[in-house]
Amino acid sequence: MKLESKTPEGPLAEKWTKHKFNMKLVNPANKRKYDVIVVGTGLAGASAAASLGELGYNVKAFCFQDSPRRAHSIAAQGGINAAKNYQNDGDSVYRLFYDTIKGGDYRAREANVHRLAEVSVSIIDQCVAQGVPFAREYGGLLANRSFGGSQVSRTFYARGQTGQQLLLGAYSALNRQIANGKVKMYNRSELLDVVIVDGKARGIVVRDLITGKIESHSAHAVLLCTGGYGNVFYLSTNAKGSNVTAAWRAHKKGAFFGNPCFTQIHPTCIPVSGDHQSKLTLMSESLRNDGRVWVPKVGVKGLKASEAVKIKEEDRDYFLERRYPSFGNLVPRDVASRNAKYVCDEGRGVGATGLAVFLDFTDAIKRDGKAVIEAKYGNLFDMYQQITGDNPYEAPMMIYPAVHYTMGGLWVDYNLMTTVPGLYALGEANFSDHGANRLGASALMQGLADGYFVIPYTIGDYLATLPYEKVSTDRPEFKEAENGVKERIDKLLSIKGTKAVDEFHRELGHIMWEYCGMSRSDAGLRKAKVKIQELRTQFWKDVNVLGSGNELNMELEKAGRVADFIELGELMVDDALNRAESCGGHFREESATADGEAQRKDDEFAYAAAWEYKGDNQPEQLHKEELKFENVKLTQRSYK
Amino acid sequence: MKLTLKIWRQKSKDDKGFFKTYVHNHVSPDMSFLEMLDVLNTELIKKNEEPVHFDHDCREGICGMCSLYINGKPHGPLQTTTCQLHMRSFSDGETITIEPWRASAFPVVKDLVVDRAAFDRIQQAGGYVNVNTGGVPDANVIPIAKKLADEAMDAAACIGCGACVAACKNASAMLFVSAKISQFALLPQGQVERKERAEKMVAQMDAEGFGSCTNTYACEAECPKGIKITNIARMNREYLSAMLSSYKIESKGGGD
Repeated sequence: MKLESKTPEGPLAEKWTKHKFNMKLVNPANKRKYDVIVVGTGLAGASAAASLGELGYNVKAFCFQDSPRRAHSIAAQGGINAAKNYQNDGDSVYRLFYDTIKGGDYRAREANVHRLAEVSVSIIDQCVAQGVPFAREYGGLLANRSFGGSQVSRTFYARGQTGQQLLLGAYSALNRQIANGKVKMYNRSELLDVVIVDGKARGIVVRDLITGKIESHSAHAVLLCTGGYGNVFYLSTNAKGSNVTAAWRAHKKGAFFGNPCFTQIHPTCIPVSGDHQSKLTLMSESLRNDGRVWVPKVGVKGLKASEAVKIKEEDRDYFLERRYPSFGNLVPRDVASRNAKYVCDEGRGVGATGLAVFLDFTDAIKRDGKAVIEAKYGNLFDMYQQITGDNPYEAPMMIYPAVHYTMGGLWVDYNLMTTVPGLYALGEANFSDHGANRLGASALMQGLADGYFVIPYTIGDYLATLPYEKVSTDRPEFKEAENGVKERIDKLLSIKGTKAVDEFHRELGHIMWEYCGMSRSDAGLRKAKVKIQELRTQFWKDVNVLGSGNELNMELEKAGRVADFIELGELMVDDALNRAESCGGHFREESATADGEAQRKDDEFAYAAAWEYKGDNQPEQLHKEELKFENVKLTQRSYK
Repeated sequence: MKLTLKIWRQKSKDDKGFFKTYVHNHVSPDMSFLEMLDVLNTELIKKNEEPVHFDHDCREGICGMCSLYINGKPHGPLQTTTCQLHMRSFSDGETITIEPWRASAFPVVKDLVVDRAAFDRIQQAGGYVNVNTGGVPDANVIPIAKKLADEAMDAAACIGCGACVAACKNASAMLFVSAKISQFALLPQGQVERKERAEKMVAQMDAEGFGSCTNTYACEAECPKGIKITNIARMNREYLSAMLSSYKIESKGGGD
């Protein structure tokens, strides 16, 4: 199968406009003849379901949580980018496009990124019209801030709860369509398979998580808006329930997986406190604007924050300021994360585990006074104290990197369709737009862009080619999928081994973090592959899932998800092995400059990797989508 | 730390529940409350005993999914979500009682898991502005005074966890409902449907079987997001004004 990006012809800035005109339309009276399934109700899913319902399609929406409002988009803190140029500081659609392409280290499709920048302005209008209470200036107009080292102030925000407010906006639009009868909502329902009929995605099989009933739903198209797969690392900033199962089931049914090794590791998270740790909490990276990152020049075992003051100034290593004099503590996420890992690997990490570095506000408090620092970061300092019990006004914070976002995901063409006709992927679940590294405040933008302003147009182009006839869920394709799902559940319940699901998940996380995390090497990745294969064998021999399949059984849910994560982990390792260059969040130790900085290899790797599933225990087949850069010049990042 | 846990176990909605006592010997003060339960569950699984079911997701205090009634207080002793409560808030040797939210509008699903779909239905009754995607004016066309925007944001910060209902002796949902009504009553975007919204959301709230407000302020005291009781006062004004002007207009439909 040949990958076709379906990128429209013509100049970059006109592609989307022309494409919108060239696409087929579905007559308003005929829209009600088409059914669309939307899986996931985060920013992408809720906005898509609502917008498609408004257009007149019959939508069925599914989420595994008890309410669509719980989707993990709700936890995004910082903000949402848009090229409004309200600040008159030189922003434009082209600049947002350029920053996103460059920030992604030239591994994203130009046309998609430009469209994202174009529609970003409409997102803000839409959210304000819904009653999203964005931050405002005293004059009543919208406030902006600069975010993640951006040179312009284009980030809109609602305190530290931007994701929450945007999601509640999309949730309200979704509720309106539920009330209108255009969206039927299925809470606590988990997708367990995608059904293909005559080569097209025509439905899904879900498990009702309360009753355990396996049910089929048919439709003319299926949208996966199921988020990222950061929980393959066990510990991440994702919600506990975030999982790859929907995307992975789709992958096994023919959807290629794009750039699975591209994961983003966020430098400022609260460190792990012990083996019981279940998730990691992000602290906004705005803290690096005033905090100084350091470790002792000579390692001190178990150094506590309260003892930091004992380390004399000349015995401290402000390693980011030392290595990157011009950017200092504000180097991009991947650089800051990697350097924290290096100093900890050298035995200079702090805290009980030695896996942390100090983020010190002493100088900022001396310079600006406590009141100023409190006004800027008060809520973050409180949150830190609540979780760790330490007071960051008196002693430095301890931070460590954590997995935060996955740029990889299902490969999609310009219309957001996967390699399976009629199966779409939106938001973090797809691979597009962010390349090898995502800029701060761009995840919310992409989720809403896909759901509000891209899919409502592109889905019509596909549906217009389909007959109105519905397919029956009595068809053998559905029965076969249902049986497969039931067999797998029975298998999981029948193993009755000795270990809890979490133990396997934690072990997988250790392997991924150690060998496929911030720094990756050929030898390490090969070792990881063997270890993951062993873990997979162990899991299917020794996992203990109690209870039955006919009730609320959270261990069973977890077991299915972890089984999929294990398989995905192996593909991530394969992808990381294949990509023998360093780019964005993917750092290959073999591909570094003389002073240890990332070295991209554009001659060999200027492509998106799309992996095709070839059957159980078969190596996946790599397809390459060459990335053509007609508008930007490829440069090597430097923060020295 | 060692703890004695008295946990509500209930096989399903229709089963009779009971308290079961567990001794938990492996508690660290750094654990979150939910991590403490994770460790208990792993130990139970190792002994082939069914783990305790409880709702949780983001574990950073924002999704509103976690919901435990701990020692007679929703989300436990601190004014935070259960996921943000750490074991250092308890002392060694303590006995902790853990129950699900208690309200007839939130039926128990299993163990500590309850059904909060009533909250969704109240939002579906009118917790939105009737705008379609696209075709809206530029975001800066309508200036909104910072003070109003901030106040709307204070109300909008509600996470829909249901602690207000669980805290209230009448199982009233008025803090939850008033937070959404307030957000839209304060913003210009919410003005057009202001009265209709108040009527519809209150009607749905009553239909779900939530109790009345008797001004005990328990909801405000327990709300992990600090939603203020003044929202309830505003909701009452909105509702009264809506009823006085008898806004109920039947849609005649039609036209060309």
